[in-house]
Amino acid sequence: MSFRWTTFLILLSALAIIGGLYMAFLFAPTEATMGDVQRIFYFHVPSAWVGFFAFFVTFIASIAYLWKGDLKWDRLAISSVEIGVAFMTMAIITGSIWARPVWNTWWTWDPRLTLSAVVWLIYIAYIMLRAAVENPARRARFAAVFGIAGFASVPLDFFAIRWWRTIHPVIFESKGFHLSPRMLMTMLFCLAAFTLLYFVLLIQRLRLENLRAEVERIKSRRK
Amino acid sequence: MGYLFGAYAVFWLVTFLLVFSIERRQRELEKEVEALRKKQEPLMEV
Repeated sequence: MSFRWTTFLILLSALAIIGGLYMAFLFAPTEATMGDVQRIFYFHVPSAWVGFFAFFVTFIASIAYLWKGDLKWDRLAISSVEIGVAFMTMAIITGSIWARPVWNTWWTWDPRLTLSAVVWLIYIAYIMLRAAVENPARRARFAAVFGIAGFASVPLDFFAIRWWRTIHPVIFESKGFHLSPRMLMTMLFCLAAFTLLYFVLLIQRLRLENLRAEVERIKSRRK
Repeated sequence: MGYLFGAYAVFWLVTFLLVFSIERRQRELEKEVEALRKKQEPLMEV
């Protein structure tokens, strides 16, 4: 991707995040029961969404690697995992901060919270596994299998609030949205802004991984 | 309000940490590529 396009995307995502902040703090109305603390939702939900989406990209890239055997898919997989872990970390911490005044506890072993912690740990293990294997082809193969198997935890986490009794709020349901129109607009805008930010970060992270591959290629040529 | 600002601070902190970490690793790798290319140049001339 050209430098001009990358700069444009960075600026656009920065503007979108600023717009998201404006909507979350000033445009969206104050929730009647929870008050201002409910505004955490506008960054908490998109963080979790980006985390899930990033792991889905890794899942697809892992399948593509096992199918085609091209290391570019492996580079996409690890790049996406790293961003996914960062956003899942945000989702877990911001959720915990929201829970303190609303549930009167920082953490509870609710199915959604427990599964989110499990998903986070699975992808931390993915990163650790990669660090433990030196051979690039072997590392890519192991990581691809892990990336596919590990993804099973993501839909479980996503549907946990629909399948089991849980105290976690359900915002999006097949019947409709549990938000007022202005709250919904803010939520959708923040979801779009975070998705854009994900792609911008992915481009940068992928560039780093391509550079690493070049270093490995030069080193192997010297041997 | 403290909880609200705390949560938004987490977003900015994690985002900046991720961006800085990518930047730092990229700079290190660029240096490494440059050093490897310089080492390779005399070999290419032979």
